[in-house]
Amino acid sequence: MGFKALGLETCPAANAQEAREALRRLTRESEDYAILYIEEGLAQQLSAEIDKYKDSPTPAIILIPGREGSIGLGQSALKAAVERAVGTNILGD
Amino acid sequence: MASTTITPTRMVLNQLKGRLKTARRGHKLLKDKRDELMRQFMDVVKRNKQLRLRVEKGLTGAFASLQVASAIMSPEMLEQALLYPRQSVELGMKFKNVMSVNVPVYSFTTKNSDPAEIYPYGFAQTSGELDDALAELARVFEDMLELAQVEKTMQLLAEEIEKTRRRVNALEYVMIPDLEKNIKYITMKLAENENATKVRLMKVKEMVLQDAHNYQK
Repeated sequence: MGFKALGLETCPAANAQEAREALRRLTRESEDYAILYIEEGLAQQLSAEIDKYKDSPTPAIILIPGREGSIGLGQSALKAAVERAVGTNILGD
Repeated sequence: MASTTITPTRMVLNQLKGRLKTARRGHKLLKDKRDELMRQFMDVVKRNKQLRLRVEKGLTGAFASLQVASAIMSPEMLEQALLYPRQSVELGMKFKNVMSVNVPVYSFTTKNSDPAEIYPYGFAQTSGELDDALAELARVFEDMLELAQVEKTMQLLAEEIEKTRRRVNALEYVMIPDLEKNIKYITMKLAENENATKVRLMKVKEMVLQDAHNYQK
């Protein structure tokens, strides 16, 4: 809600279904949106859709912690990328 | 590449030698590329880790402030206060070439550059906590933007490293040994043929001489 005041466009989604539709709608117009921020809680249920955009330059889908605080999904994305590149987790956590 | 399918001729040998040379050079280049990508990747990962921690902490704080604000104000008032943004963000995107990977670089311009101008409401009817929450959010947003850039870069680099690593391994463990094996096979076969010809010629010479002069050994 607060992001709207910063001039960002917001798409409220109450559940995974709504979020999926919003995500599809936004990515279809991906020429217009370079970055999408999505709450971790919702992203958890949409991981298949989000992974599709991992390798394309646009849009960047970034997980942010929701109202309940971080559940570590963003961190695990980082770990997954390292594992993918190196073949093993070298960050040591 | 089974060695039975290749014909042991000099032409094929030359071709294979050429291919081996190219494969060796490609292998070296790709290995260098992989190492450099890895070095850049590690930098990006470190930066990403920092930023993510900062963003997560900042956002949690901002949401907490927002929560306090919504507890103090009525939901309708809050809704109304944030209904029309005064600020608008223009996001520009360019691509930067890192080791032949196109990574995005974001730049953003805000319509109102004055940080005090972000509040889309009058101060009379809203609580101070809302101001704090928004100020905090605005601060975090800059980090969020950088995070987006760094994280996307990281993902793209990871993909490229994976691809490069596979190519290096394929060259090192499949292509090059195969080529070497085939080259060896052809050289052996050619030497064998040569020997066979030599022996045959010697034999023929002996027979011819015997015929002509009735030599007795």
